[in-house]
Amino acid sequence: MPGTKEIRMKIRSVQNTRKITKAMEMVAASKMRKAQERMRHARPYGEKIRNVAAHISHANPEYKHPFLVARDSVKRVGIIVITTDKGLCGALNTNLLRMVLQQYKAWQAEGEEVEVCALGNKGLGFMQRLGANIVSQAIQLGDRPQMDKLIGAIKVMLDGYVEDRFDRLLLAYNRFFNTMKQEPIIEQLLPLSGERLGSPETLWDYLYEPEAKAVLDQVMTRYIEAVIFQAVAENMASEQSARMVAMKAASDNAATLIDELTLIYNKNRQAAITKELSEIVGGAAAV
Amino acid sequence: MAAATIHVDVVSAEESIFSGEAEFVVLPGEAGELGIYPRHTPLITRIRPGAVRILPAGGGEEQLIFVAGGILEVQPKVITVLADTAIRGHDLDEAKANEALQRAEEARAKAKDKQEIAVVEGELAMLAAQLAAIRRLRKK
Repeated sequence: MPGTKEIRMKIRSVQNTRKITKAMEMVAASKMRKAQERMRHARPYGEKIRNVAAHISHANPEYKHPFLVARDSVKRVGIIVITTDKGLCGALNTNLLRMVLQQYKAWQAEGEEVEVCALGNKGLGFMQRLGANIVSQAIQLGDRPQMDKLIGAIKVMLDGYVEDRFDRLLLAYNRFFNTMKQEPIIEQLLPLSGERLGSPETLWDYLYEPEAKAVLDQVMTRYIEAVIFQAVAENMASEQSARMVAMKAASDNAATLIDELTLIYNKNRQAAITKELSEIVGGAAAV
Repeated sequence: MAAATIHVDVVSAEESIFSGEAEFVVLPGEAGELGIYPRHTPLITRIRPGAVRILPAGGGEEQLIFVAGGILEVQPKVITVLADTAIRGHDLDEAKANEALQRAEEARAKAKDKQEIAVVEGELAMLAAQLAAIRRLRKK
């Protein structure tokens, strides 16, 4: 049986741990609200630009943007992996990376070449250890998604697609459903399927300045960027939610541990008192 | 004519900047300054960095919004400004892409020699086991 002093020290250390996890939980909770708001703010842009893209691609059947053309042979793949920068957010990254790893192995088994773009520190580290071909990366994204930090990494991937370095581009991230539920998902970004773009309700002829092709090029690029941006925003909201839940679980666990330890401590103390008493009684009887 | 208004949305990837009815909008189009009244013919154009001026419906103060470029879409009843959040340009984008490439290159150089996938898998398995243990503990 451990000594009373050791148990007391243990209790104190668990209490300190609980203070930290509790604080992290509260920080994550407040960040989560902001992250969710940001995610919602990013939505209108994505919808609007999708409408415009759908419009133009329908209005201009003669010009097919490379993003819309499906390739015949699919032998090389590009994947954008969005993870968090920091850990301590439960199984969020683990689940996503496990899914990516499975895909990755499947591709390797089929002899497909894979190029990886890592957004977020965790995914980058994982891909490095995996020995994957990382062509671009962006880390230290902060609490607030910023297009500025993503543009470079995304452009490398979009160029890769246009320049025929790979035949399709996938996006892996955690989709945010609600505070308790985030799911890892891998979706196809390029070639853009018609369904994803949707078709506009009404069609009219636009005036184009300078010309349809140039505008369409820009709209398409912006659209893909918006999709990725939205994914990053969702991933961040997922991160904060997952962290909050994980830290709450940790605080609860610490509380249970403290209860158990306190019980042992009290029992121990009681045992010591009883022992001392019986010694005194025994001693008195002997005299 | 005074009653005619048009709905204007100014959105960027990061947030919605303006949404409301307007009588008149002025934007820096790629081919020159554009002034748009309600019932303008449908138009799509790129816009340059500059100020968007919106004259809200029913008088009120003129709104000035700075955009770093983007796309303007005019539909019969709606004007949408898809604003870029950062100043963009081919060269700038190119520079950023190169930067990203370089970072990847450096990271690759730093990475330890190809470790076996098994090691990573082992790590994952360990994490999964930890999670399972935690779950069991919680149930108890």
